[in-house]
Amino acid sequence: MNSSPWTKKDLLSLYDLTAEEITFILDTAAEFKKVNCRRIKKVPALRGKTVVNVFIEPSTRTRISFELAEQRLSADIINMSADTSSLRKGESLLDTIRNIESLQADLIVMRHSAVGAPNFLASRVKCGIVNAGDGAHSHPTQALLDMFTIREKLGRIKGLNVSIIGDILHSRVARSNMWGLLKLGANVTFAGPSTLVPREFQKAGVRVCDNLKDALVGADVVNLLRIQHERQRSGFFPSTGEYARVFGLNRDSLKYIKPDALIMHPGPINRDVELSSELADGPQSVILEQVTNGLAVRMAVLFLVAGCLK
Amino acid sequence: MNKTVIYKGARVVDPARNIDQVMDIGVENGVFADPAGLKNARIVDLSGYVLAPGFIDMHVHLRQPGKTGAETIQTGTMAAAAGGFTAVVAMPNTTPCADNPGTIELIRTYAQKGGVVKVLPCGAMTKNSEGKEMSGIGGLKAAGVVALSDDGKCIQNHELMRHVVEYSRTFGLPILDHCEDTVLASGGVMNEGYWSVFLGMKGMSPAAEELMVDRDVILARMADWKVHIQHISCKDAIDTVRNARKAGIKVSAEATPHHIALTDAEIKRFDSNYKMNPPLRSEEDRQALIEALRDGTVTVIATDHAPHTETDKTVEFDYAPFGIVGLETAVNIAFTELYHKGVLTLPQLISKFTQGPAEVLGLPMGTLENGRDADITILAPDEKGVVDSSQFRSKSRNTPFNGYKYTGCAVATIVNGKCVFSRIPALTEEKV
Repeated sequence: MNSSPWTKKDLLSLYDLTAEEITFILDTAAEFKKVNCRRIKKVPALRGKTVVNVFIEPSTRTRISFELAEQRLSADIINMSADTSSLRKGESLLDTIRNIESLQADLIVMRHSAVGAPNFLASRVKCGIVNAGDGAHSHPTQALLDMFTIREKLGRIKGLNVSIIGDILHSRVARSNMWGLLKLGANVTFAGPSTLVPREFQKAGVRVCDNLKDALVGADVVNLLRIQHERQRSGFFPSTGEYARVFGLNRDSLKYIKPDALIMHPGPINRDVELSSELADGPQSVILEQVTNGLAVRMAVLFLVAGCLK
Repeated sequence: MNKTVIYKGARVVDPARNIDQVMDIGVENGVFADPAGLKNARIVDLSGYVLAPGFIDMHVHLRQPGKTGAETIQTGTMAAAAGGFTAVVAMPNTTPCADNPGTIELIRTYAQKGGVVKVLPCGAMTKNSEGKEMSGIGGLKAAGVVALSDDGKCIQNHELMRHVVEYSRTFGLPILDHCEDTVLASGGVMNEGYWSVFLGMKGMSPAAEELMVDRDVILARMADWKVHIQHISCKDAIDTVRNARKAGIKVSAEATPHHIALTDAEIKRFDSNYKMNPPLRSEEDRQALIEALRDGTVTVIATDHAPHTETDKTVEFDYAPFGIVGLETAVNIAFTELYHKGVLTLPQLISKFTQGPAEVLGLPMGTLENGRDADITILAPDEKGVVDSSQFRSKSRNTPFNGYKYTGCAVATIVNGKCVFSRIPALTEEKV
């Protein structure tokens, strides 16, 4: 990988990447997936590098996945969460990160509830920034692992019909998938309650459906987003019961998708709300493989970004 | 000191009196006087420049008392002078809130001591601008306020707002309203539209502004009194004001330079110097605003000068306070975006800074008529330059226009016959 087309010290959003760069990450991830299947799963790729995981917003699965990826790459790791940091004492994010940088940290993996926080930092610090999710804006490694899974299972991405269903408005997963999939030539459909699926997405080239059936017919991939109970309290839809009935994927609505279509979910699942338990555990579900692939994708991202540090 | 001056050679533009010609302007003891009657006057040659009535910025936050880390009356009025303004209307959202005669008195005292240009205080409509109880409007009038506003906030209770509009008529005080349905806009950090959807940021729906502009038009009609829509920013609200004005309702509106020059596409930079309220809107809204300036629906350009410290602004976009400084860039932007792009003629442009605000405020300003205070702005419409925020007189630097290339600017500012800012030799010598 000496003639690497990867030249960025940060991974902030898939919007910033070319199709070639995205494909290169996926190819690199495929190599790391092989590592993860060996008896000894550790490589020295990031030995001597320090990675700081800054999770300003709580996260379990993404944080664990990044942490394990860093360990498999032999990096030194520091974990920081908002609860235990001086951010609680009123220190600004920029000051916190500059302090971390002064300890000669090489990479910062950051989860933040504020949109653009990683972009704000990336232009102000020398260490590399990997976005582990910022508000409803971007979650590039989630979209990359989704695309990795699709490509691995169906052999391609170009020309596939991918339907993403649920609370699109508040979803960084939907936005990141949208840009990644569109760049690689997939047809993207968004569906869900019309209060949560803005039609403005049509201007980006997405098909927007108000009803589930239209989104499911002919789909090669159905990616279901977690529906958050707080959205019901904010009046976006009447109840999770009604949501499950109208927009949930279950045995009744399964008939609309292709027999070999993939069922995906970024987790954690509300069983029997957006997805019936039966289908979540069924043969078309690739939900746990997504988690497995997430590790390889994050190893690839950390490896590539670390290679571009000055 | 020679107190009698004749300015010669300038193109004199006084929109309120339909004057646009090269002529002499006389000043005696700080007021305009017929130059023919002035003996032993000092002659100042202003050939090549435009001489206009002193510019009025009717929407400024001077931050004093309260947030003097961001601005003081002294630094704010120095910025005003450098930007070509001879008078500013000071918004009441200070700490304490300017909802009482004592605070107005304090502001006037600071202005007398350190103010470089005229400070026209605006009183709060409601106590602490909380939108719950009417403030002592009669007392505020007696203390010298020129208008009423809860700027930054908007009275949500329509009945209270109705009473404020009706009651203020008694005192001849116009209402300057920041139109925002706060529930609809709640939590928003940018305009709701394609870019908020794309970026995943919480949007502020244009409907939040439109609803309150509709409300204000209705109340202005019912009360037969002046309601001025501050920083109007969306197309449908502009259409509402246009129709209301055609129907003879006493509604007026102002445009800010940033809404004239920028759109919400800039938010993708995640730079909090593009964060203000109302937010930058869509290109369609921006075009509607420019059209409204052209057709006279919007009669005022005002800055909403809102200084914030670098510490407060250099944070995640979501957490940054709303607002940008504007006094030292407004005229440059207006010339560049409106005059040089053929939207407004020179007299029309000058009117938005002079006759327009003077009419809304009902004050004997914004004209060069003999007997009025000699407030003058000298302009160089074709001078080119680049905005350098490090040179601002303002205490704050929160502007998205650093590096902005402009054509046209103010080069000197004269208040009551006294030169308070000048970049031209003819006047610099006179400076005291």
